[in-house]
Amino acid sequence: MPGAIHAEGLVKTFGDVTALDGVDLDVPEGTVLGLLGPNGAGKTTTVRVLTTLLRPDSGTATVAGVDVLEHPDEVRRSIGLSGQFAAVDEYLTGRENLQMVGRLYQMRARAAKERAGELLERFHLADAADRPARTYSGGMRRRLDLAAALVVAPPVMFMDEPTTGLDPRNRQALWDVIKELVSGGTTLLLTTQYLEEADHLAHDIAVVDHGKVIARGTSDQLKARTGGERVEVVVHDREAVAPARAVLARYGPGGRGPDDVSVEEHTRKLTVPVTGGAKLLAEVIRDLDAVGVEIDDIGLRRPTLDDVFISLTGHAAARAQEDGNGGGLQRKEPAA
Amino acid sequence: MSSLTDTAAHAPAPRGGIAQSFSDSLVITKRNLIRMSRIPEMILFGLIQPVMFVVLFTYVFGGSMQIGNSTDPDVYKNFLMAGIFAQTVTFATAGAGAGIADDMHKGLIDRFRSLPMARGAVLTGRTMADLVQTALTLLVLAVVALLIGWRPGYAAPTDFGKIMLGFALLLLLGYAFTWIGALIGLSVRTPEAATSGGLIWLFPVTFLSNAFVDSSKLPGWLQPVAEWNPFSATVQACRKLFGDPGLSPSDAWPMQYPVWASLIYSVLIIAVFRTLSVRKYRRAEG
Repeated sequence: MPGAIHAEGLVKTFGDVTALDGVDLDVPEGTVLGLLGPNGAGKTTTVRVLTTLLRPDSGTATVAGVDVLEHPDEVRRSIGLSGQFAAVDEYLTGRENLQMVGRLYQMRARAAKERAGELLERFHLADAADRPARTYSGGMRRRLDLAAALVVAPPVMFMDEPTTGLDPRNRQALWDVIKELVSGGTTLLLTTQYLEEADHLAHDIAVVDHGKVIARGTSDQLKARTGGERVEVVVHDREAVAPARAVLARYGPGGRGPDDVSVEEHTRKLTVPVTGGAKLLAEVIRDLDAVGVEIDDIGLRRPTLDDVFISLTGHAAARAQEDGNGGGLQRKEPAA
Repeated sequence: MSSLTDTAAHAPAPRGGIAQSFSDSLVITKRNLIRMSRIPEMILFGLIQPVMFVVLFTYVFGGSMQIGNSTDPDVYKNFLMAGIFAQTVTFATAGAGAGIADDMHKGLIDRFRSLPMARGAVLTGRTMADLVQTALTLLVLAVVALLIGWRPGYAAPTDFGKIMLGFALLLLLGYAFTWIGALIGLSVRTPEAATSGGLIWLFPVTFLSNAFVDSSKLPGWLQPVAEWNPFSATVQACRKLFGDPGLSPSDAWPMQYPVWASLIYSVLIIAVFRTLSVRKYRRAEG
């Protein structure tokens, strides 16, 4: 049975730019899929297709069991959308914004009013409820935007880079909301550039790059693909790098001798893939001590999603900054 | 149960059809009226401009104009008002265009387009709010006109019903023109472009007409342009209904039957431009 969100072969081009190059997704009901990738990878375009904002050139999709292309209005009843930019009317108060959205979801006036009050309380906006949204801080606007997406407690939620630009406190609050939604049975598709966030919130992760899903699985499965643990050592001075490297080479897979050890000269950091866990760490320390290498830091490190991303794509997730916005596929709000 | 996932809050089934279309449009109209009320300077500038036109035209051109056989400034004053009223309502075009262009380039439009609401409501709501603003401007302008000496019934008898019908035709013309503004707003990239794009073509449309001069004194080749101009039909209709001087004696059908012509033109403009605008809105991909 297909999941609450299901897409097959989504293709979308804008002129010469191929934004989606055959995206397949399946999100089982009540789970969170993290769509992970750099800017311009196709995350936002995928969300726009699934939320009926954009028609794909080809491919099919269903949301909450309804065909997105055949019955977009049916789909719209079942979804909530919260984006990277607060989609609220800045001249309306928080309360007026939420009531308007409720009415447009076809709620009766009284129900929309009650629901608005409830959400303003829940998102700590009650004190500011009757002020125009343009007087709100960035964090408050984003909370209002999220509240607007939740007016009808939609069974399927889409969040496009929900934490981009949020301070740590607002980000934590948002994570709490997401967990509450999931425990209540909501299906969620979440896009993010933050590997830590996908790791933390998503049951499954789909890594996208250049309009394609290049890997999928749980966080652990993706990490396992990249390889096991590694020992990371920071030596005290530069002269110690060479002897330390000789020592660490003994613990590596062995195929390439000292080449198994990767070295960052300027940070005096050496890394070697190992098998053997914490017990091994004690041996490494003893051996380094025996040859007189003074160490500042040593640790056993599991691969992060960053490592996963680099091993899958050959470039870091953070390349986004150089690329700008990937051919202008993402909407930028003009400066207020 | 958590309030965020309370299934009792799920979206009710949409009613669909005209009823939903109407109620969604009203929700958006209310939204735009609240916005307008919170940017009062916009309303103020919208009022100053036509008042300035009335005063300037009356006192600057009044003494030099010949309407029919009369050069009496009083005749020109009474002739002018219908023209200024009509020009004022058409200027709502620029506001509607700028408002819609502004909306289309903000994240809020994605929210609207992802909601189970009637497709045309974002545009209809905006044009209806502009209609309210136009009515307000027209009311202020009529008071100013009366203060500086406009006298309905100056040239021919009139009554309250006819005067109201005249204003109704003006509002209908203004409403029709906001749909042209809507299409402009959907076709340009910035609100600034929508404002200038909404205004420039209004100058030839409102000046190549019977609004400010006696159209029988225009160069021969311009006369049919002015007489068949939809804008002229409303001006002529208002002069006839208000009992103002300077009715065009032309044989052209819109000048002979200006009330019907005005009505037909406005309804046609709405039908064409509403259809084009809603289609463009639905296809807009951000």
